[in-house]
Amino acid sequence: MDDSRPIFAQVAENIENDIISGALPEEGQAPSTNEFAAFYRINPATALKGVNVLVDAGILYKKRGIGMFVATGAQEQLKGARRDKFSSEYVRPLLAEAEKLGIDSTQLTQMIAKEAKNS
Amino acid sequence: MTSTIEVHNLTKRFGKVVAVNDVSFSVAENKIYGLLGRNGAGKTTLMQLLTGQEFASEGTISLFGQAPVENAKVLQNTCFIKESQRYPEDFRPKDVFKTAPWFFANWDEEFADRLIADFRLPLDRRIKKLSRGQLSSIGVIVGLASRAPLTFFDEPYLGLDAVARHIFYDRLLEDYANHPRTVILSTHLIDEVSNLLEHVLVIDDGKLLINEDAETLRNRATNVVGMKTAVAAFVGTRTVLHRDGIGGLSSVTVAGLSESESRDAKAAGLELSPVSLQQLIIQLTSNETTEFEASA
Repeated sequence: MDDSRPIFAQVAENIENDIISGALPEEGQAPSTNEFAAFYRINPATALKGVNVLVDAGILYKKRGIGMFVATGAQEQLKGARRDKFSSEYVRPLLAEAEKLGIDSTQLTQMIAKEAKNS
Repeated sequence: MTSTIEVHNLTKRFGKVVAVNDVSFSVAENKIYGLLGRNGAGKTTLMQLLTGQEFASEGTISLFGQAPVENAKVLQNTCFIKESQRYPEDFRPKDVFKTAPWFFANWDEEFADRLIADFRLPLDRRIKKLSRGQLSSIGVIVGLASRAPLTFFDEPYLGLDAVARHIFYDRLLEDYANHPRTVILSTHLIDEVSNLLEHVLVIDDGKLLINEDAETLRNRATNVVGMKTAVAAFVGTRTVLHRDGIGGLSSVTVAGLSESESRDAKAAGLELSPVSLQQLIIQLTSNETTEFEASA
């Protein structure tokens, strides 16, 4: 947990990451609020708030008396949302830093191509 | 929502010293509160008043809807773990754990035994022979295993090492999840506990300075760092909580920025960083400005 964003938002994002990576499969059971609280050493009310963000978004759903489950289609839904934000969160800061350093777009494209080949 | 504690216009004077100065607040049921403030701010006095160990000079206190002073019904549901608890001469830790159930209706012996093992507390050694940390762990164990509906921890971990403190945080969260109750935690180690808290009370110089949801408080302030002129232009007439400077650079803490304001600041070449709960409280309770002039 870092201090830069609300903790509940970070809890929600960590769960999202697990769904995107497949660590939490669709229709699989998510850990309980108390398990999240213990794992991240945070107040259970904060963990609940993070889980509820995903319930409201239709990513997780409640089965009464059993727990939280990952909705079918959640993975694709999350990937789509992340793709929408990719430009503003990754590409634009990259361009801003490149401009600061005097790297033009041709050089930048070459650098990306080179790194992609190496990885 | 039911409140466990209601305090109205509470004042406590010791001679000319006003230790608690016209404080009003309520504490909601089954939340973890942080009671924070500097040394001598009035935290311990406030907790002594709440637990009926001191008489109020003015104002009213109600715990579970009743006055706490000399009220057995209230006090058996209340556990107060003090920074420097005294025990009878020749007491051993095992005597503490034998007598504790007499005072706390919800005492869980099995849980206490588990905690004793976790903290590796020697049960048969005389208390005066224990180290400072071992003494603190007795308090922590009593505080947790009492499962009192209202539990106060006043600097519970003097001398406890980092491992033991984390055991305390883990057991507290785990047991709180299974047996919700109202916990009031007073501590100087704000960074360590800030994520455990749901609500924060800050007292300074006897007055209640902050009474706020922890999450709201975390987003309350931002550090803006950059060239002096750019920072000054951005800050304008905003409320400044703290100001630091070195040479041509300046760092100013301002009250919560909206997303569009953050974008404006970044566009103006300013760096933004979050303010932790600990930093925020230091800044609010120190009202000190440091301005380093460029030397040479």
